[in-house]
Amino acid sequence: MSVRELVIQAIYLASSVLFILGLKSLSHPDKARLGMQQAALGMVLAIVGTLFHHEIVRFDLIAVALILGTVIGYPLGMFVPMTAMPQRIAISHMFGALAATLVGIAEYQGHGGPVPRSTMAALGFEVLFGALTVTGSFMAFGKLQEFITGKPVTYRGQNTVNITLFGVAVLMFVFLVARPESTVVFFAMIGLALLLGVFMVLPIGGADMPVVVSLLNSYAGLASAATGFAIQNNVLIICGALDGASGFLLSVLMSKAMNRSFGNVLFGAFGSVSPALAAGPDSKDLTVRSVSAEDAAIQMAYAGQVIVVPGYGMAVAQAQHVVRELADLLEKKGVTVKYAIHPVAGRMPGHMNVLLAEANVPYDRLYDMEDINPEFERADVALVIGANDVVNPAARSDPQSPIYGMPILDVDKSKGVIVLKRSMNPGFAGIENHLFYARNTSMLFGDAKSSLTRLVTEVKAL
Amino acid sequence: MTSIIELYVFVLAAFVGYQVITRVPPLLHTPLMSATNAISAISLVGSLVLAGANRDNISNWLGFVAVTAATINVVGGFLITDRMLKMFRRDVKPPPGAVEKAGQGGGAAR
Repeated sequence: MSVRELVIQAIYLASSVLFILGLKSLSHPDKARLGMQQAALGMVLAIVGTLFHHEIVRFDLIAVALILGTVIGYPLGMFVPMTAMPQRIAISHMFGALAATLVGIAEYQGHGGPVPRSTMAALGFEVLFGALTVTGSFMAFGKLQEFITGKPVTYRGQNTVNITLFGVAVLMFVFLVARPESTVVFFAMIGLALLLGVFMVLPIGGADMPVVVSLLNSYAGLASAATGFAIQNNVLIICGALDGASGFLLSVLMSKAMNRSFGNVLFGAFGSVSPALAAGPDSKDLTVRSVSAEDAAIQMAYAGQVIVVPGYGMAVAQAQHVVRELADLLEKKGVTVKYAIHPVAGRMPGHMNVLLAEANVPYDRLYDMEDINPEFERADVALVIGANDVVNPAARSDPQSPIYGMPILDVDKSKGVIVLKRSMNPGFAGIENHLFYARNTSMLFGDAKSSLTRLVTEVKAL
Repeated sequence: MTSIIELYVFVLAAFVGYQVITRVPPLLHTPLMSATNAISAISLVGSLVLAGANRDNISNWLGFVAVTAATINVVGGFLITDRMLKMFRRDVKPPPGAVEKAGQGGGAAR
């Protein structure tokens, strides 16, 4: 090993350590920022170190690409609003997977002679998962950005088609490992993987996006790790493994929070709850109590404790700042305000936390499901803002319900519930929510943001 | 033999990752995603060699696009993670009223 090679490897080792420390720092919000800045330093080190690689003979393409990437990446980092974070994250998985796939193709092409089997296995894995993630992430991006319908697109035999496609892709992969020189099969497999990415995300509805985005995060990481195997680079393997583990863990957490098995997640067979099943019990003879903003304001202003339960509706209405304003007013009147965050509220893991943090809500007021659930009994008012399935008591009580068994926020146990909702249309999954008909529930209809603004005005007037 | 060592590295790194990431609170799950995304853009290391090795035209262009895509994630990923983490603040002063209400509130965490 030459001195130059040794130095590069030492730099990679230092970068790997910085990356792991960076992720470790994320276990506490106070230390996280510094830790991630150190990780960024690790990245700079790795890039600079790589430039001394003996194979690099020309720098023009590298320089232009680095500049171009920075010009595109800077606005994606600095100017994308927090409400657009799910689609921002989804598209970044596409870029990561694209880089891995292209390196894989070039390695296959430029190997100069037959590719050894072990390398072929790594390359095959790399392009298979890479290509699948490229189109899958683009579809997820499209659905979140809403230029592709956010509703699940389903047809008969969809799962059969998807599993067959996946099976064929795996067969091609095995064939390639046996006969690496089959260029046609290599590119056919990439084509199939691209198609598979589209088909995999097609049946998935908006509310299931947290699982998909985490899963794609994991796939992008695995593709990176496979790149590391193919070009025998340890820092790539390490980072790919970290990313893969993180995405895997998040998708397990998300699927648990939705009471879906992980096998269900892996095969993308989710989001396909049949409408007949989702109809739920008849609700015709149940009555809904509507409340005026004035009454709701009085109820909250004289409460001891108010728990705010945000959902995707708050993100859509971009109401997080008004929520904070209302909370400030209530606190001035001596009300304790807490926020209950369900793990799958919103469109990606941690979506609600980021939005509320953006609105300057201190993070120690944001409570996870397990911590806040015992508190609802002591709360005078639970204010549900654009959340539906995550507060549906049917998940606890009705074995017929498609969401039965899903852990929910026990909003119905608080003394009073005020639900901000556009209309009585059922939520995403089309599941009837009996919380809305409960004796202690009153509904405040209208767009979340304008309802909150009215509440703010009313509380001010008190 | 080398690929066995690489497998060791992969498995051990995955374990470290699992252990470290289990401790990340749900509060920071979105920054976690953007952070791992930025970190996995280390595939830039592979793309850089490809773009600079001058093997043939196809490899050059594949490398060029790969470097661009990975750089987008490096720059955008670290910036957006920092931007998000900057927003997570503790409550500086306890809200007025919280003290006398602490009894019924079950003690607000602080």
